[in-house]
Amino acid sequence: MNRTVIRKRKAGGFGPYFRRHYGLYLMLLGPAVFYLIFCYGPMGGLVIAFKDYNFRKGIWDSEWCGLEVFKRIFSTGKFWRAFKNTLVLNLLSLIFGFPAPILLALLLNEIRNGLFKKGLQTILYLPHFMSWVIIGGMAVQIFATDNGILNVLFQNLGLGSIPFLSSAGAWIGTYVGVGIWQSIGWGAIIYLSAITGIDQEQYEAARVDGCNRFRMMYKITLPNILPTVIIMLILKIGGMVSIGFEQPLMMGNSMVKDVSEVLSTYAYTVGIEQGKFSPAAAIGLFQSAVNLTLVLGANKLCAKISGESIW
Amino acid sequence: MSVNKTDAGFVENPAKVRESWDNRLFSVGVVFILLMLGLLCLLPFVYLLAISLSSASPVMRGEVFLIPKQFTISVYQSIISNGSLVKAMGRSVLLTISYVIVSMVMTVLCAYPMAEAGLKGKGILWPYFIFTMYFSGGMIPSYLLVNHLGLIDSMLALILPGMISTYNMIVMRSFFSSIPASLKESALIDGAGDLKILTKIILPLSKPALATIALFYAVSRWNGMQDALLYINDPKKTVLQIKLRQMIVNAESVNEMLEGITGTLPVAQTIRAGALIFSLIPVLIIYPFLQKYFVKGVMIGAVKG
Repeated sequence: MNRTVIRKRKAGGFGPYFRRHYGLYLMLLGPAVFYLIFCYGPMGGLVIAFKDYNFRKGIWDSEWCGLEVFKRIFSTGKFWRAFKNTLVLNLLSLIFGFPAPILLALLLNEIRNGLFKKGLQTILYLPHFMSWVIIGGMAVQIFATDNGILNVLFQNLGLGSIPFLSSAGAWIGTYVGVGIWQSIGWGAIIYLSAITGIDQEQYEAARVDGCNRFRMMYKITLPNILPTVIIMLILKIGGMVSIGFEQPLMMGNSMVKDVSEVLSTYAYTVGIEQGKFSPAAAIGLFQSAVNLTLVLGANKLCAKISGESIW
Repeated sequence: MSVNKTDAGFVENPAKVRESWDNRLFSVGVVFILLMLGLLCLLPFVYLLAISLSSASPVMRGEVFLIPKQFTISVYQSIISNGSLVKAMGRSVLLTISYVIVSMVMTVLCAYPMAEAGLKGKGILWPYFIFTMYFSGGMIPSYLLVNHLGLIDSMLALILPGMISTYNMIVMRSFFSSIPASLKESALIDGAGDLKILTKIILPLSKPALATIALFYAVSRWNGMQDALLYINDPKKTVLQIKLRQMIVNAESVNEMLEGITGTLPVAQTIRAGALIFSLIPVLIIYPFLQKYFVKGVMIGAVKG
């Protein structure tokens, strides 16, 4: 009963509140319209995944065809190849890329010289601000088999050359490695900020006990940032089927298409290059739906572990 | 909370006790690994720079590593005299500036009311905004929408669809929430409207946060390529990242830069390196000054999110 009373009072209060604060709602008008058109609009456009989209007829007048488009998509090998590649690249990036910024943060935390540390951080964050076009272009200059600098070096040393960009296995390694290179510094920030929150008395006590610095890092710093680590890990797992478009596009090439074609680039090829909008939208919808499920699941798990949800 | 304060964990011992050998070994190891990592991040850029400043023949022979050989700036001369990359860069500068202005206005207008503790209807509006982070229509429906609105080949296609990044909006909102309500209340009593409070009281207090978010937007627009690839077909309207991509992917756009060049001719590899370095200049100019803001922004987003 109490609750209904409160609700009534709240509802009754809206009129006066609105008159007093109409400015706030006026401000929200633009953003609300933006979200409606440019975020919810495309969501509505996903209906073409259930239609036989015809450019001349437009979205609404094209014929419904139920799950026909999905059936066709799911029966093509190329879709499953893109799906598999997305998972493989994300999984390997997770296994090798996830611990990297944590280790970096632990190491940076051990540097006492402020200037040296600042300089290092400036350099380590730099790759985060490079576009994938630039990184992709750089990768070609460095990893190309015939005149890339690494292979030139290897050949001069008599080691032969490694097809970093042109054989499937080596390409995956290059992709994951470049991804780590790009994100390690920036990714360390969140762990560094978690480290600043650690109670300093723990270190004092350990020092009195004669604990050395490596042990302190391992036994105090690391366990203290573990909650942050777990949350980040869960979030990463939540994003397992979503993959950026620009890194695979810029790093992939026709020789390694079997491993470099991922869901986002496949949707681009099917939709924009071949003009098959319905199948491409269906690929996007599939990806978004799996993503939503994983993210919500991850959020729930996070809430269970840390007692509060991410957002 | 600043990242740079973390070494407070090791308060300098006034007695200056000599460190034990294992701690010293540890320090040396840490510094060594970090220096290696730092070099790994820096060397690719140095290598590109060296290539772009070398003559064609030592580059072709694979002799250039970190120091230019037979120093020449002919690559940069041909990039400038050809003009297409410079023009694309000019367009990107204009685009980035307009985008940042529009995005900042929209983001503040969205974040400020949502930071208002007593805002009625927040329970509906907040999920309305946040849901778009979890689920999106994706590439194809967005393309069809932009096409339907007649924005193909218009710079507006690169500004409007991404006006508000929900992540940035959340960061902005948590900053606004951290401003004490008492500051607003006195103004409210004086009869000031919400817009006046925002512009006269809140925004001047929020300069660091505004700078951070503006920079997030600027970097994402400057580096963004996907939407330009989809929405801009007219070569006369190409933005920098697309132009660069063409130069990397296809040889013709490199060769056209070689036309009309006299003297030692650059080769594709040096031209590409030059183009990459050239396009880095604006980022490198602003980067050192603004790095601290970025770090703060990530922390606001991470801690309060």
